[in-house]
This record gives sequence, C-alpha cells and structure tokens, in this order.
Amino acid sequence: MTLYLTAMLAIIRREALRFIHQRSRFLAALVRPLVWLVVFAAGFRAALGLSIIPPYQTYITYEVYIVPGLCGMIQLFNGMQSSLSLVYDQEMGSMRLLLTSPLPRWWLLFSKLLAGVAVSILQVYVFLAIAAGFGIVLPLAGYALVLPALLVSGLMLGALGLLISSTIRQLENFAGVMNFVIFPMFFLSTALYPLWKMAESSTLLRDICAWNPFTHAVELIRFALYAELNGWSLLWVCLSFALFFAMALVGYDPSYGMTRRRKGG
Amino acid sequence: MTALEIKDLGYSYGAKRALDGVSFALRPGKFTALLGPNGAGKSTLFALLTRLFVSREGRISVAGHDLAREPRAALSKIGVVFQQPTLDLDMSVMRNMRYFAALHGISGRDADARSERALAQLGMAERAGEKVRDLNGGHRRRMEIARALIHEPEVLLLDEPTVGLDFKSRQAIVEHVHGLAERGLTVFWATHLVDEIRDYDDVVVLHRGRVLAHRAAAKLREGRPLAEVFIEMTGGEDVR
Repeated sequence: MTLYLTAMLAIIRREALRFIHQRSRFLAALVRPLVWLVVFAAGFRAALGLSIIPPYQTYITYEVYIVPGLCGMIQLFNGMQSSLSLVYDQEMGSMRLLLTSPLPRWWLLFSKLLAGVAVSILQVYVFLAIAAGFGIVLPLAGYALVLPALLVSGLMLGALGLLISSTIRQLENFAGVMNFVIFPMFFLSTALYPLWKMAESSTLLRDICAWNPFTHAVELIRFALYAELNGWSLLWVCLSFALFFAMALVGYDPSYGMTRRRKGG
Repeated sequence: MTALEIKDLGYSYGAKRALDGVSFALRPGKFTALLGPNGAGKSTLFALLTRLFVSREGRISVAGHDLAREPRAALSKIGVVFQQPTLDLDMSVMRNMRYFAALHGISGRDADARSERALAQLGMAERAGEKVRDLNGGHRRRMEIARALIHEPEVLLLDEPTVGLDFKSRQAIVEHVHGLAERGLTVFWATHLVDEIRDYDDVVVLHRGRVLAHRAAAKLREGRPLAEVFIEMTGGEDVR
C-alpha cells in the first residue's frame, strides 16, 4: 500500500510544482471568475430578481447567487485544461511515462485526477478569499464544508476531461472544447440562474439543466457553502464521476489503444 | 531465461499491417540494435513492448513474465527511454529522478541513492542539482537514460534516443549505453542510423513490419559497410 501512496503523492507533488511554475495559468484561472463576479453580476443585479430558495434564508444579491457557480466554473476549466494539456503539450510524454509504471493504471489515472483537483481546490479558495474582499462573505462553516464538495465535483469534472482526452480527437484545440463542452455545460446549468428562472422561459431548458451533471456539481457546492447537504446532487455527481471515470479507463485501456487512434508509425 | 522474448507478434492499424509475425529473443547482456527505416514498425513495436498498445497476436515476455498475463511484473523489469522527451523542464534533475522513482514505489533515501548511482553511470552525477531546462539536449537525454535505470530493470528499451542531437552528444550517448551493456544490462536500441551500431552488437533488421535478419553486426555485413547491406535489404528507403 505504501507503494501506491508513494506514487500518488509524487504525482500530486509534481502537479503542484508545475502549477507554481505556471503563474500565468493561476492568474488566468482567477481572473475569469472575478470578471464574471465583478462585471457580469454587477450588471445583472438590477435585471434579475431572485426569490428565496434553499439553501438561502434571506433575499440575496445576484453576486451572492453566482459565487458557487463560479467555483464550479473554476473546476470545469481546470478539468478541461489539465486533460487538454495531456493531449497537446509534452504532457503526453509524461502520461506515457506514468503508464509504464508497474502500478495499476486506474490508480495512476486516479492519482493524476486527484492532483488536478487539488490544484483546482486551491484556486477556488483563493477566489473565495477575493470574493470575501468584495463583501461576499459566507458562513464560516461553509468554508470548511465546501472542501469535500469541491473534491467530489472536481473529481467528476476532471474525469470528464480525462474521458475527452482519451476519446475525442475532433476537438482540435481549446476553442473546440470551449464551444462544445464548457459553454453548454456552464450556461445550461444553475450556475447563472436557478432552475425556476429557466422554467419561466422553457421547460425543455429546465429539464436539460436538471440533467446536466454540472448543475449538480454547482448545487452541491452551493449547499455545502451554507453548511447544508444536497444529497440528490451528491448522488448525481458521484454517479457521473463513476460513469466518466469508467469510460476514461476504457479509453486509456491499451487493448483499445490510447494513442492508437491518434498516431501510427 | 532471456530478458526479452517476442513470439509471432502482429499488429494492425485498421487495414494497415504494422507488424507481422515478429519473433526474436535478445541475448542477455547484449546491445541489440533494432534497425529499420522510418515506418518499419519500430515505434509500434516499442508501444507494444511498453504496453501502451496491446496486441492479440503473439506474445511478449520480459524476464520470464508474460506482458499480457503479468503486466505489472513485466513492466517493473523494463526501463524505457521514449523518442519524445518526457521531462519536467522547470524541475531539477534530481526531482525528475525522484518523481520517476516514486512511480515505481521507491521513495526517500533509497530513491536518492539509486538516483545518484544511475546518474553516475551516465556521467551525470555533478548535474543532479541543475534545472533540466539549463541542460543541453545530450545531457537531457542522458538524464532520461539514467532515470530509466533507477528501478534496476533487466532490459533497457530506447526508441531512437539520439534523434535531434549533435554528433558529439550522439557519440557520448552511444558510448555510455554500450558501457551499460558491457556491465551486463540487456539493451534494445531502435535506430535507423547504422553508425550507432558496433561490430559486436546484435542487429534485428525490421522492414515493413517483418524481421529480415537477426544476427551479429559483423556477420550481417560480412566485411561490407553496414549501410550498404542495410540499403540492399530494405530497398534503400531512408537510410544514412
């Protein structure tokens, strides 16, 4: 077992070090949600009225509403970016190195996933700290209880990224993933508007949102930030994780060939 | 028991046959060159040997372990140097070494001692603290070779390890790796450059997915330049 942990810790340490060396990536990951919070939310504040819905006990401003969604957004981008770096950077080489380790492949990929999640959690906490600086302060217990929620949602989104990296080659660049994965997932979720608001315009939209695993990641984070558990969302996120990770494992199974479709010679 | 044995190995990319009925066994403690023009199937063979691909045709065994049935035992006996560099440029040589050691479950002082030993074997001991980004191409490659030795494999696989290096760096690496074979390691070195092969090395000539010959370089060339023999065998495709 120590063998397994040694490898896992090394993979996480490496990801953390890489992250520290890439300060621009860290900055970009922070600027994105902050722009949404400061610019977008401020503009929308007047246009959008929100009634009291759980987990909120009082009327809230729009900025307060979208904070959990932006936490999810950080993790969504992180999950996609770390998987794409696998495909397009020299990271593919490091993946090969990883996969020639004598440890089981699912463990190595899970470790890799966890390493990415650790980085995304760090980003979320810095974001929450800055948001607090803008006056969006959450219950103290929420800051602690959101940690397990972030872990689960991060794993789910990371597994989705891993799945994409192992199967889809048509998405030739990040713009492709933005258009076909990140934007639909983000906009068709409860990150920006609650479900009932969606239902006002279209029940179909509402249904899509209700099925979207990202919605449940956001709701899980939202409830956790107010020290509440959204069991249904937790279940949904866990099931999505299991499905995505299982499919990613198939994609990285050498019998099917992870690089087979990509490169001959 | 040989370090690496391949029997009737075949592989296809869709309709394209990449490897066909490939069989050979490496002599232990020997430098064996896998010589073939580009597109001969060398990289495919390496992907199969390192289990990045799996084939349903044929068998690969490493130090007596069947790669399909006992993949982890087999992989632990292989050291690999890929054609494309797999380095963390912003980390020190030692950190890169430690990371790889950990992937094999080796940590702490043991990892450090093994790393130092492996670096020393490649003449890289004094560079342990340097950032990989500051190393030249030849030294980076040597670090990768040293890294592949940390877990003390029985066979070292190198896929065209001198690609893109200048003449001097190439020579140094060829020299070092021959030294490893002399000390008892089984080396399998893919290349299309005949000047990396010495007379006492074994050569496996691979062409269009098939093994054309497997014998000592001296016997293969029979007094003629190896390049000439190689061109004759492969029809002159891409050889220097």
